[in-house]
This record gives sequence, structure tokens and C-alpha cells, in this order.
Amino acid sequence: MTSSYSLFLFKRHRVHGMLKLYYGLNEEGKAEEQPESLDPCDINGPHFDPELFLNKLRRECSLAELMDQETCMVKQIRSLDSDMQTLVYENYNKFISATDTIRKMKNDFKKMEDEMDCLSANMAAITEFSARISGTLQDQHAQITKLSGVHTLLRKLQFLFELPARLNKCLELQAYAQAVRSHRRARCVLQQYSHLPSFKGIQDDCHAIMDKLAQELRQKFRDGGSSAKDLSECVELLLQLDEPAEELCDKFLSHAQSRLDTIPSPTSNTDILEFIDRGCNEFVSSLCLVITSYQELFINHAQKGELASKNIPQMANGKLNAFVDDLAARYFSLVERRIQEEKGVADNSLLVRALDRFHRRLQAVTKLLPGSAVPNQGTEIVIRAATERVKQYLSALQSFYMDSLTDVRQALATPRLPELLSSLSASILNQIKSVLASVHLFTAKDITFSNKPYFKGEFCSQGVRESLVVSFIKFVCQSSRQFCESAGDKGGSTPPALLLLLSRLCLDYETSTISYILTLTDEQFLVQHHSPVTPVTTLCAEAREAAQKLLNHYVKVQGLIISQMLRKSVETRDWVNTIEPRNVRAVMKRVVEDTTSIDVQVGLLYEEGVRKAHSSDSSKRTFSVYSSSRQQARYAASYTPSAPMDTNLLSNIHKLFSERIDIFSSVEFNKVSVMTGIIKISLKTFLECVRLRTFGRYGLQQIQVDCHYLQMYLWRFVSDENLVHFMLDEIVGSSAHRCLDPAPMEQSVIEVICERG
Amino acid sequence: MEDDAPVIYGLEFQARALTAQTAETDAIRFLVGTQSLKFDNQIHIIDFDDENNIINKNVLLHQAGEIWHIGASPADKAVLTTCYNKSESYCFLLSLAPFTKLGSFALSLSVSLSLDSRVVSCAAVWRMPSDWETGSHESPDDSAHNPQTLELLCHLDDSAHSNAACVLWEPMGDGKRVISLADNHALLWDLQESSTQATVSSTATLEGKGQLKFTSGKWSPHHNCSQLATANDTAIRGWDLRTMSQIYCIENAHGQLVRDLDFNPNRQYYLASCGDDCKVKFWDVRNVQEPVKSLEEHSHWVWSVRYNHSHDQLVLTASSDSRLILSNMVSISSEPFGHLVDDEELSEGEDNHQEDKSKEPLKDSVVSTYEEHEDSVYAAEWSSADPWLFASLSYDGRLVINRVPRALKYRILL
Repeated sequence: MTSSYSLFLFKRHRVHGMLKLYYGLNEEGKAEEQPESLDPCDINGPHFDPELFLNKLRRECSLAELMDQETCMVKQIRSLDSDMQTLVYENYNKFISATDTIRKMKNDFKKMEDEMDCLSANMAAITEFSARISGTLQDQHAQITKLSGVHTLLRKLQFLFELPARLNKCLELQAYAQAVRSHRRARCVLQQYSHLPSFKGIQDDCHAIMDKLAQELRQKFRDGGSSAKDLSECVELLLQLDEPAEELCDKFLSHAQSRLDTIPSPTSNTDILEFIDRGCNEFVSSLCLVITSYQELFINHAQKGELASKNIPQMANGKLNAFVDDLAARYFSLVERRIQEEKGVADNSLLVRALDRFHRRLQAVTKLLPGSAVPNQGTEIVIRAATERVKQYLSALQSFYMDSLTDVRQALATPRLPELLSSLSASILNQIKSVLASVHLFTAKDITFSNKPYFKGEFCSQGVRESLVVSFIKFVCQSSRQFCESAGDKGGSTPPALLLLLSRLCLDYETSTISYILTLTDEQFLVQHHSPVTPVTTLCAEAREAAQKLLNHYVKVQGLIISQMLRKSVETRDWVNTIEPRNVRAVMKRVVEDTTSIDVQVGLLYEEGVRKAHSSDSSKRTFSVYSSSRQQARYAASYTPSAPMDTNLLSNIHKLFSERIDIFSSVEFNKVSVMTGIIKISLKTFLECVRLRTFGRYGLQQIQVDCHYLQMYLWRFVSDENLVHFMLDEIVGSSAHRCLDPAPMEQSVIEVICERG
Repeated sequence: MEDDAPVIYGLEFQARALTAQTAETDAIRFLVGTQSLKFDNQIHIIDFDDENNIINKNVLLHQAGEIWHIGASPADKAVLTTCYNKSESYCFLLSLAPFTKLGSFALSLSVSLSLDSRVVSCAAVWRMPSDWETGSHESPDDSAHNPQTLELLCHLDDSAHSNAACVLWEPMGDGKRVISLADNHALLWDLQESSTQATVSSTATLEGKGQLKFTSGKWSPHHNCSQLATANDTAIRGWDLRTMSQIYCIENAHGQLVRDLDFNPNRQYYLASCGDDCKVKFWDVRNVQEPVKSLEEHSHWVWSVRYNHSHDQLVLTASSDSRLILSNMVSISSEPFGHLVDDEELSEGEDNHQEDKSKEPLKDSVVSTYEEHEDSVYAAEWSSADPWLFASLSYDGRLVINRVPRALKYRILL
């Protein structure tokens, strides 16, 4: 019993394992942790051997233990039995219900089989019937098909026989289109059956009629009085009648040309906008119309039809292009002539609008005729007009500048130089701005040609910036320089004040105006510098150079005016036989007065500038020639004719320590420097003139008085008063040297005379 | 190629008059006339020893008065002319000894001795004593204390014309003809009997408004010496000496006074002028509307302009800005493309570089500016013996002898 039970257990276990295997369940956990023991004494193991187990028990256990083991085992057997019973019961129920289901299915299938048999019998009957019906109807159907074929043929024949009459009628009614359509329908058939006499007759009749029709169409076409629409219809029909397309093209174009020839001629009393408007409305629009209809007729149509094979589109296109180019060239020449007449620069917007309209209308041509050169030529005309306009603006600016200078020249008499300067520069700036604004119209967004690469790039940089703004600035500098050159030789026709004013103007240009104008231009025109442009620094340098030149020239002119007075005063007097000086000579007072007024004039426009510190008694300095040491050194030189050494040692040492004075040198842009320049020139002239004369005692004394007087007043104008001292020293020294009887006047007496004025 | 340093010589008097001794073509010799109102004026004969860079000088007394202009005869080394001022007080101070010999002059002097004191400009022809050279070599110190006196040959004044501004010798002539410019007259003198007698052969007079006065002039070496150019105020005039009539006139040649003129020695129609507008201008007298060229390098009046006698691209200008400027005016010279060199003369390879240099067009340029002077430079002259050497004289009596920079010299020559 024990052994059978254990076998059952074993089997049960195996069944479990197989089920598990079947359902793919993995006995993870307990089963794998305890691998099936190979021990034959393990009651649950697969290799269990009841004999061994019992022997082992009997050998190892005491009786009590055996007893316990036995009860335990009985208990286990009992519980296993009950388990098995439960399982069997459960499975039995399921088996019962399955058997029921199978039995029911068996019944249902039997019924279905019967019905299927019935159905197939019915189908066979139907097939039979249908075959019988179609068999009976077969003959009738064939007959009907034949009859309908005959009917169509008869209709066609009837059409053919009626064709000549119908064509005639159409001709009478001038329904050409219908006639052509009818003929086209019949043409092939007639062609095919032309060997039959009756058809031949019809064909001949038709040909005759169609020839007549073609004749009429051609006539109509030639007369040309009809509208473009009629005309195109005409051409279309003719084309369908196998007329040579080339001839038709030519005729069509020549016809169109005769109509387009009435281009408006430029009449100067109409303004340009009106002119362009008329040109656009009349010429360009009819040109477009011609192009459209032509293309419709000869190109698009032909491409669809059988004509495409004959290369007609290419031929027609070529003709059209030549035609358009020719006409456009004539139109353009007219337009250009008219644009050239547009000289006044007052209202640029009119021109720009006219050009815009011109250009815009030509875009239509571009759309119609993509390969044409016409729009490009149109753009070129616009570009030429624009550059021409820029040139005109430049010359207008230049003449404006010259006019303002003339105005300024007339207004110079008033001592209001700063106001003159500011009004001059403001008016020039305004003019430039307004010109820029006018020119800017060319690049406005709503103008069609403004997005052309030329107007985006070159026009802005080369046209406006370079040839307008930069050229104008250069012109200003240039004309300023001319003032210096022309006036220098032929005796100063330019008033000095103008030179001063212009110099300041140029300087202002250098410091701010040029960069302002150029920035303004660059901003307005968004100049992209593809090509190299004149940099601001170059222009500034040029302006500065002009300013420098003008100021130098101003100094020279003013210096010469004073020099001239001094020279005349020295040259015309007999210095040997002059009376004892009692007064400062009037000319010296005049020199001081003039210098003062020049100082005021320069002060109006230029800053003060720096000067060296004055000594405390600038106006009271005595000349070193009177100081005994130097005088003695000069005149008491012992008579040593062969001494190869300079005996005027002191004088030269004096010179060694003073810098060399450049008389006509460049001046700085400030009042003191300008005044120094003028005074240097005047005093040097004085010196050179004195050296050419011979003086008597009183002549020398007069020079002393004059120099002291100059000393009293001139030091305040110059940057370094020592310069005035030095030069006046030289003058008095030289006159003393040129004196037959050098007896200098007492310093106190000189002072008294000078203070008396 | 270091250039030699300039040689400086100092006179103790102020001086304006300078000339090269034209007839002397071996030694480098210059004549300087002094200006002094107090002491006896002198004529310094400056000999320059080129090899040793030494100056030898001899002094002759010119007691007649201060010298404003000096001219050396082109034929006779010993003969020269001066224009000088004499004043009453000056003449009075002098002992009468040297003048009593000259009877005719004493007479005219007596007129100026009258109470009306004035300064008179005169012109005269002088001869240097024959032994002036020997004296100095023996004992230079002695000669300093006992200078010899010039021998007066004749006066170039007559009663109608005085105030001579300058005297011009006939260029390359036989020393028989001179022109003196006095006030508004140009007088052509014939010197006879070894220059002891002078007679006016013809005169030309400048006519016009106001007091016209010739300031300077130049006798043209071209056209068989038949032309004269004169300057008065701002105008330059050309005269035909055969008819004594004006042939051209450049009105307003300079903005201010014209100070000096010179003829291009090789191009007959070219004339240089300078003046108070600080400019040096070059004229083609066939077209007097515009100068051919104008230079403005000086910063004050230009007193003297001189073409080099051999290489007319070299132009020397002296100015009261105390500077002397040597310019290279290639473009208007007679050798505008430089010295033309035959290909054979050029040795291969070595001279390639130089050849390139000579072929590039030379530009007009200032060669150098000489600043050795401290005072106004009134005169500058090229040496008649050495074409690369020149002298300049400033008012303070400083005579400077300079050479053309070697680099330029070789460039012109090679």
C-alpha cells in the first residue's frame, strides 16, 4: 500500500510538471531551490524507494519514532486522498458539459447540409433559363448595331452633300468661323474619298467656296479697319485654312505697326509726366495688346495645333522680338529726347513719377515677352536720366554756392561776419539737404525701379555719394583755392574778409559739416560700399588744406596792404633832409588802426589762441640798440679790413638765440597766429625798405619814434611779443646803420612824443 | 658721397654787391662790394682754393661810396663797374687827396658839396691795380693796413641821367659795351680808349604814368646780344638794342616788385624772374600771358635768381628769408630728359641700375636749401670757373661758398 501510494504521488508530480511545462509556467522559487533530490529515501523525491526507506527507518529509528512516523504518514495519506477526490469531482463536471455541446453540434450540421443541396439545385435551374433567353435575343441585337452604323454614315453623307450649300450660306452671313469649322470637319473625309466622282465634285465645290472665303478674309485682313479682335479672329481663321504663317505674321505686324506709328511726339509744353502718361497709355498699352494677340495667335495656338511641327513658334517669336525692339527703340529715343529737355531741377518728383510710370509700364512687356531686351533698355534710360539728374543737381548746387558767395560778397560791408557765415553755411546745408531729398525720390520704396541693383548700389554710392556730395565738397574746396590763386597774382580782387569767411567755412567743414553731410547721405541712401568711395578723412584733409590756404592768403593779402603803406611811406620820403621828429607819422597810426580793425575782424570768426606771457612792461620796453653795449659793438668796431671773421658778433649772437623767423609761413587757425603773421610781414617789409635808404640824423630819430609807437600798440596782437621787439630792434638797428649821422634820440623824449600820439 | 662743408667768409661791413670775375676762367674768384656810410668801402677779391678748401682774399679800396651793384668785365679781368651812393657828409669827411687827381670829378663833386645835403647814385668803370695780387701774397697783414685803391677809368653818368641802379656788361663781349639803368633810362655806352672814355651811343626811355624806375635788368646772351630785359615795379620788359624799342612786356609779372632777372644760357626765349611775392617765375617771352613755371619756396622776397652757366636746370635763388635755394628745374631746361648717354658708353651690368635711374623722368625739385646765412641774402652768383660752385652774400657781410651736391652733380654728368 505504501508503495502504490508513493507511485501515485510520483505520477501526480510528473503530471503537474508536464502541465506546467505545457503552459509555459516556470516554477521559480521553491522547486528550483530544492532540486529534485536523488535520495531514494526522500519520500517526495522521484527516486524514492519504499524498500530502502523502510529499511532505513527500521534500522535507524526506535519504536516510538516508528510509531510516530507511521501516524504521520497515515495522516498525510488521508489528506492526499481527500484532495484527489475533490479534483476528480471537479473534472468530471467539466467533461459532462463538453460532451453535451458536441452532441448538439452534430445535430445542427446535418440540417445545414440539406439546405445547401436545395440551393445548388435552384442555381442550376436559373443558369439554364438565362442561356435560353440570350440565345433567342442574339440575332436582334446584331441587326440593331448595324442599323445605327448605317444611320451615322448616312448623316455624315448628308452633311457632306449639304456642305457646299451650307458654306455658301455661311459666306453670305459672314459667319466665317462656322464655315471654317464645317470645312475642317469635312476636309479629311473628302480628301480620303476624292477618287469617287460624287465626292470629288463636293470637294471641288468646297475648295472653290473656301478659296473665296479665304480671299474675303484676306481682304478683310488687309483693309485693317476692323478692331484688333476682328483682326485676330481673321488671322486665326486664315491659319486654320493653312495660310503660310510667316506671311501672316509679317502682315499682322506691319498692320500693327501702322497703328502704333502714331506715337505722341514730344511737345515741350506738356510736362513730362503727361508726356509719359500719354506714351504709356497709347503706345505701351497698344504694344502690349499687339503682343498678346500675336502670341495668342501665332505662338500659343500654333503650339497646340499641327502647326507646331513647322517651327512656327520660333519663327513667330523671332519676328515679334525684332518688331518690338524696333518700335521700342523709336519710342525710347523719343522718351530720351523728352527727358533731356527736362532741365529744371525745381520739381524732381514729377520726373521720378514719370520715370516710374515709364518703367512700370515696361514691366508689362517683360511679363509678356520674357526674353526681350526692351525692359533692360528702359532701365538703362531710367539710369541715364537719374545720373543726368544728379549731374544737374551738382551744377545747381555749384551755381547756388557761387551765387551765395556773390551775395556774401555784397553783404561783407556790414560788420556781421559770424551771422553771414552761419547763414551761408546754413543755406548751403539746406540746399544740400533738399537736393538729397529730391534725389532720394529715386530710391523710394514705391518706385518700381528702386529695387534694381543699380539703384540699390551704384546709384547710392557712385551717383549720389561720389558724384554729388563728394564732388560738391571738392568743388567748394577747389573754388576756395582758386580765390587764393587768382587773387595772388593779379592784385587781390577778392576782398580779404571773404577769404577769412571762406577759410572759417572750410574749417567748419573739416571739423563737422563734411562728416555730418556724409553721414546724412549714408543714412538716407543706405550706401553699401561695393566700390571704393572717398573716405571722410580725405575730404576733411582737403577742406583743411583749403582753409589753411585761404587763411594764409588772407594773412598775405592783409600783410601786403599794410606793407604797401609802410613801403610807400619809407620810399617817398627824403630821410636825409628831414626835420626833427615831433610826431608819430600818420602812416604809423594808420597801420595801428588797420591792424586793430583786422584784429577785430579775425576775432569775429576765430578763437583767440595762445600767446606767451607778457612781460610786465610790454609797451615800455626800450630798444637794445640804444643800450650802449650793442651800439658800441656795432659802430666802434676797429677798422680791420682783412679780418676773416664776423665782427658783428653781438648782433649774430643775438640772432643765434632767437629763432629764425619765417615771414610768409603757414598760420594756425586762431586770431593770435593770424595777427602775428600779418605783423611779421609788415615789419619785415619795413625792415627791407629801411635798408635800401640812407638816413640823416632826424630820419633815424623819426624811425625810432615810429618804431616805439608800433611797439606800444602791436605787442598785444601777437603770440610772442619778443618777436615784435626783435623785428623793431632790427629796423631801428638797420636805420641806425644806414644813418650818416647816427645820433639817437633820448628814450624819454621818444616816449613823450609817442604818448602825445 | 659726403658733400664738402660750405666755406664761410666774413666781411666787417654790410654788403649787397657780389659778382663772379667773369673774365677769369681758371681761378674761382668772386668780387664783393661793401656798404658802409662811415668808413672807406672796399672791394674784396675772394679767391677760393678748391683743393685745400681755403679762401684767399685781397682788399681794394673803393673810396667813392657804398657799393650797391658790381659788375665784372667779360673781357678784362682787371676791369669792373660799380654803382655806388655818395653822400655829402661822407665825401666831406674824406680827405680830398684821392679826388684832386681827377679834375673832372672834383668839379661835379663841388656841386654836391653845396649845403643841400643829399645822396646821389653814380656808376663808374674801374681798373684794379696791376699788382694787387702780389701784394697780398707777400704779407697779408701789411695789405690789411695798407690796401690799394681802385683806379677810376671813367664815369657812366652824364648830367641828364643819374641814379644808376645797375650796370650790365655785354655778355661774352669784348668789354667795350655796357648798359646802365638809371631811373627810367637805359643807356648804352661805348667804352673807348681802353675804357677811359665812355660815350652814350643810344638810350631807351621808359614812359608812363608816375615816376617809373628800372630796378634791375639783364643783357640777353642770345640773338647776338641784341636784347635787354629790364624790370620796373611789377613789369618785365624786353628791349631791342638796335632800335632801342620795346619788344615785349610782361605786365604784372609778379604780384609785387620784380627784384631780379636772368636769361637761360641755353634756351634763348627762357627768362627767370623773382620778386617780392616770394615767387620765382620762368617765362617764355614768346608767350607772356602765363609763366611756364612758378616756384614758391621762399618765405620772403626773392632778391636774386641765377641760372647755372652750363647746366641750366640748376637755378639759384637768394631771399631775405636768409635762405639760399638750389632748384633743379629739369622740365624746362635744355636737357629735359637728362644727359643723353650713348649705349656704348654704358658698361654692361654694372650700370644697369644707373641706367634705370637716368631713364625715369626727372622731376623739378628743390635740390637743397642753404641756411648758413643769418641775415637777408641779397646776392648769389655761380662761379665762372667751376660750374658746380656758387657764392652767396648776406647783408651782414657773410659770404658763403657752396657746391652742388655731389649726388646731383654725378647724376647730371653721368
